[in-house]
Amino acid sequence: MNQFQYVRVTNPKAAIAAITKDNTTMFLAGGTNLIDLMKRGVTAPEKLVDITRIPLNTIEKTATGLRIGALAKNTAVAEHELVMKNFPLLSMALNAGASPQLRNMATVGGNMMQRTRCSYFYDTAMPCNKREPGTGCGAIGGYNRMHAILGASNKCIAVHPSDMCIALVALDATVNVAGPKGERSIPFGEFHRLPGDTPQKDNTLQPGELIMSVDLPMNGFAGNSHYLKVRDRASYAFALISVGAALKMSGNTIQDVRLAMGGVAHKPWRLTEAEKFLKGKPATEATFKQAAQIAMKSAKGYGENDFKLTMAPNSIVEALKTATKTA
Amino acid sequence: MTKDTKNPPIDRVDGRMKVTGGAKYFAEFEMPNTAYCVIVGSEIAKGTIASLDTKKAAGAPGVLGVFTHQNVPPIPGWDAPVQGNGNGPPPGPPSGGEKYRILHMNKILFYGQPIAMVVADTFERATYAASLVKATYNKQAHQTDLEKNLEKGVTPKGPRFADYSRGNADAYKSAPVTLEANYTIPIEVHHPMELHGVLAGWTGDDQVMVYAKTQGVKGTQKAVAEAFKIDQKNVHVHTEFMGGGFGMGLRTWPQEIAVVAIARKIGRPVKLMITRNQMFSLVGYRPKAVQTINMGADANGKLVGLSHDATAETATYEDFTEGTVSMTKFMYDCPNVSTKYKIVPLDRGVPIWMRGPGEATGAFALESAMDEMAHKLKLDPIEFRLRNYTETDPEHNRPYSDKNLKEAYQKGADAIGWKERKAEPGSNRDGDWLIGYGMSSGTFNASKGGAIARAVLNADGTLLLQCSVTDIGPGTGTAMTMIAHNVLGVPVEKIKVEYGDSALPNSPQQGGSTITSTVGSAIHQVCTSVKKALTDMATQAGTPLAGLKPGDLTVADGFVSVDADSSKKVAIGDLLKKANLTTLDKTEESKGSEKPDQQKYSMYSFSVHFVQVRVNPATGVVRVSKAVSVADSGRIISPKTAASQMIGGVAGGIGMALTEEAVIDHRFGRFVNNNLADYHVSVSADVPHTETIVIDKPDPYINPMGAKGMGEIALIGFAAAVANAVFNATGQRIRDLPITPDKLLRTA
Repeated sequence: MNQFQYVRVTNPKAAIAAITKDNTTMFLAGGTNLIDLMKRGVTAPEKLVDITRIPLNTIEKTATGLRIGALAKNTAVAEHELVMKNFPLLSMALNAGASPQLRNMATVGGNMMQRTRCSYFYDTAMPCNKREPGTGCGAIGGYNRMHAILGASNKCIAVHPSDMCIALVALDATVNVAGPKGERSIPFGEFHRLPGDTPQKDNTLQPGELIMSVDLPMNGFAGNSHYLKVRDRASYAFALISVGAALKMSGNTIQDVRLAMGGVAHKPWRLTEAEKFLKGKPATEATFKQAAQIAMKSAKGYGENDFKLTMAPNSIVEALKTATKTA
Repeated sequence: MTKDTKNPPIDRVDGRMKVTGGAKYFAEFEMPNTAYCVIVGSEIAKGTIASLDTKKAAGAPGVLGVFTHQNVPPIPGWDAPVQGNGNGPPPGPPSGGEKYRILHMNKILFYGQPIAMVVADTFERATYAASLVKATYNKQAHQTDLEKNLEKGVTPKGPRFADYSRGNADAYKSAPVTLEANYTIPIEVHHPMELHGVLAGWTGDDQVMVYAKTQGVKGTQKAVAEAFKIDQKNVHVHTEFMGGGFGMGLRTWPQEIAVVAIARKIGRPVKLMITRNQMFSLVGYRPKAVQTINMGADANGKLVGLSHDATAETATYEDFTEGTVSMTKFMYDCPNVSTKYKIVPLDRGVPIWMRGPGEATGAFALESAMDEMAHKLKLDPIEFRLRNYTETDPEHNRPYSDKNLKEAYQKGADAIGWKERKAEPGSNRDGDWLIGYGMSSGTFNASKGGAIARAVLNADGTLLLQCSVTDIGPGTGTAMTMIAHNVLGVPVEKIKVEYGDSALPNSPQQGGSTITSTVGSAIHQVCTSVKKALTDMATQAGTPLAGLKPGDLTVADGFVSVDADSSKKVAIGDLLKKANLTTLDKTEESKGSEKPDQQKYSMYSFSVHFVQVRVNPATGVVRVSKAVSVADSGRIISPKTAASQMIGGVAGGIGMALTEEAVIDHRFGRFVNNNLADYHVSVSADVPHTETIVIDKPDPYINPMGAKGMGEIALIGFAAAVANAVFNATGQRIRDLPITPDKLLRTA
C-alpha cells in the first residue's frame, strides 16, 4: 500500500471540490473494496476523501416511491421496514451478499462502485486490460469459471460482483449524482457499462461526480419477488449466477415482470426481452423456459464458464418458479 | 492397567483462556525493539533473477535492511547437508537437482519464492518498502501441471513407497464384475485462521529466543541450532497455542531460519507474519493427486482383485511423500492387491502433510470405488463392505489390536437413518431437490512414540504437569489433565498443565494422530510413579496405613486410602510433611512401542462417515444436510474435545468434498484464487448439525490408557461419503474433487 493523504469532508460540495481532475484522489465510504484494492496494489490513490460524515444515509418515502441515501449501510437498507415491505427483492439481494460484517460497513453507493473480483484484475503481475489497459485479458484462455457470458468483449470478460445492483436494475432504480457541473439523474441500467474497448471504465460517472442517492419507484411486485443466488458455498461467495425476479400477478397470469441477472456480465444484466415475452403469459414452467431461452440468445462461454450457459437459464426458471410459487 | 470405565466429558482446560484472550499466539508476543519483516515473492515460477533493484526500498522510511541473495546474513549450518525430514534445509532431491536455499541463489524454483526480505521499524513501513523492490527475470519454461507431467512420475525411495503386491496383481481383470475409475483431488491449502510466521530475537552471542508457529518446539529448536551451529540448549522455542495447524507447522520453513539470521545481523528481534496470499506458496499444501482404482468382484460381492495407482506432485528441489495408497493394502479382505505410488517433481513450492494426509487422498478413491462397485453389484454399500470385512490385517498377516468397525457401521447407519436411503439413484425427491445418502470408511495408523513428562504434586493437593508438546487445538492439555486425574485422583480443577515450550521435557511434534497415545503414556507413567512414591510412603511405619501392601492402596482427592476400606486413609500433605518434602517431583521417560505385543498386532484407528445431501439438479448446488461421524479409536480420553475434533473433521471434509481447490493458471505458474474470498473453505452455513459417535472401547495393547488418535480419521474418507451421497441423489458420479455445481451441470 502506498502512502496517501486522508481528508474528511462533511458536505457534498466539499467532497466534490476535494477531487482533483486526475485519478489520484478517490472517495472513501465503507472501504470494504477500496482498501483491499489498495493493499493489493491495484489502486494507489494519493488522496482519500472520507465522505462517511456527509449526512447521506437516510431512507425515506417520496411522492413516487423510496429514496435511499448513498451512504446508507447495506444492513440498514436490507432491514428497513419500507424496503422489506415494498421492495423485498432488494432486501433479499443485499442479504445474499458478502457477510454481516461487510454489510455493516458497506454503503449503497460503495456497493455500486465496487470493482470486479476477477483474479487477473487483482494480481498486478498478471495481464489485465481493466487494471492496465493494453496488457491483455488474462481471463480469456485462463481461469474464467466466474466470468461473463453476455456483453463481454475481446478486451475483458469480467463480471460485476454486486447482488444489490441486480435488484436495483430490476426495480427501475434511478441514481442521483452531484458533480462539478451540477446534479443529474442516471437510470440504473445506464449507470454501469459494458467493457467494449475501454474495460477500465466500470460506469458512466464523470470525474468528480458523487453518488447522492438512489430512487426506487413504487411497484406492485412485493408479493412475488425472489432473488436466487447460485454459488459455490452456502454463504460468503460471489454468484456463479444470480437472478432477481419480481412479478405482478393477476391470478396465474403475469401482469408485469422485472428480471435481472448477476454473474453474467460486466454490468447488472436486465432481461428486457424475456420480460416482454412473459407479460400477459400464464406462470408455467414451460413459459419460464421459453423466457430463459430468449434471455440467453446472445450468450457465449469462454471454456471454464460454459456451464453457465446451462446454469443461467435453469436459474431463471427456478427464480420465476419460486417468485410465482409455481410448483 | 487399562481403565475400564468411560471418561466424563470435562470442559477444555484452556477454553476460557482461548475465548477471553488469555491464550497468547506467537505474533502476540513482544520483545523489546522488535523489527518487522515482509517477504517479496518471485513473480515467476522458474528462471533466474536478472536484476533486483532494492535501492528505493532501502531508502524508504524506517527501513533497517533489505536482504536478498546478494547480502543474506550467514546461515553457517546450511553449508553442509542436514539429515532428517522436515527441519532445516532439505537434503536435496534424489535426482541431484537444485537444492533450495532461501535467499542463497538467484535461481527461481517456484512462484512466490522469497527474493527479498525487507525489515523496517514497523510492519506498515516494511510492507510499503517491500512494494518498492523491483525485480526482472530471465524466465524459463516451467512445469506446474501435474496432469501434463504424469509420465515424469518416479517411485520414491523407501520400503513404504515401493510398489506393493500380494497374490496375483492382475486378478481383477478376469473377475466377473470389474471397475476401472480415475479420481483426482486438487491442491488444497491448510489455511488455519492464524497466519504463519515467527518472532526471533538473539538474547546473547549464541542464544536465541524463538516464538514460532510450529507443531513441534523441539523440532524447531533442533533446526535453528543446526542452522546456526549452536547448542540446542541455547535455542529457546515457544509455541503454547496455535491458531490451527493442520500439518503446516510440521517443519521449520526456510523463511523462519532466514528471520533468525536477519535478527542476528541487525541486532534486533524480528517478527514475520506472512500474508494470506503467501500462505498459498510458502508453507505447503495438500498435493494434487491423480489415482486409478481397478477392482474386480465375484457375483457374491466378494473382492477378487484390487489395484490402486496414485501419482502426486512434489517440488523439483525436494521429495514429499505420504501414505496415499496405504489404506488399500489392509482395509478389505482381498487376496490379490497391488499398489503403486509415484511423485512428479514440478516447479512448485514443496507440499506438506495436511490433515488426514495422503490417506485422505487415497480414501477418496478407494471408498468411492467401493461405492461404485456396490452399485454395480446391486448391493447396499455397507453390505458390500461387510462381505469383505477382515478381522486380520491382510498386509502384515496379523490381527488388528482392536477393530470395531462393524459396530461403527451399525451405529452410524442408525443415526443417519440409512434405511431411508433408496437404492435407485435419483429416486428420492423433495420438491425441486434430490436427496441422497452416502457412507464411507476411514483408517489411520495408530502408534505410540517416546516422550518425557514431569509431574509435581504439591502438599496442597495441586498437581503440575509438564511436557514440551504443542497443543495445536485438539485438546492435548485437556487429555493430559484427564489421564493424570485418572491415575492420581487429583480433581481436574487442581491440575495445571504446562506445554509448548522447548525448556519442558521432550515430546515429539504434534502430528499423525499420535500425541494422546505418546504424551498420554508419558503422563500416565509419571503419574503412576508419583502414585507409587505416595503408596510407598503411606505404608511405612508411623502412618495409619503402615504395613499394608502399596498395591492395595488408592490415591484420590488428596488422600491415600485402602481400596476396601475408605475410612483408613492418610492425607498426601501429611505424608509429604512427614518425609520433610514440599513436593513430590518426578520425571519419567516413556519409550515408544517397547512392548512385544505391539509387534504382534496391527494398530489402526477407524472411522465411518455418513451424510445426507440435497442436490438441486437445475443449479447443480449440493448441500450436506446431515452428517454422522463414528470414531473407533480406542478409549476416548476427553469426550468433549474428541467430539469437537470430529466436528472439525466434518467441516474440513465438506470443504474437501465440495469447495476447496487452489487453482493455478499454468500459463503463469501462479495461483489465481489466492485469497479466502476465492479459495472456499466451508463456512458455518455449509456445515449441518453433525452427530458424533464414539465406540469408546480401549485398545488392549497400544498404551496404558487404551487410547488411539482420532485427528486424521475425522477427515479421512469423508469426501467419499459426500461423493457417494451425490451419486445416490443424482446418479452422477463425480470423481474429480471438489464437487462444484459446474461439474454436476456438465455431466447432467
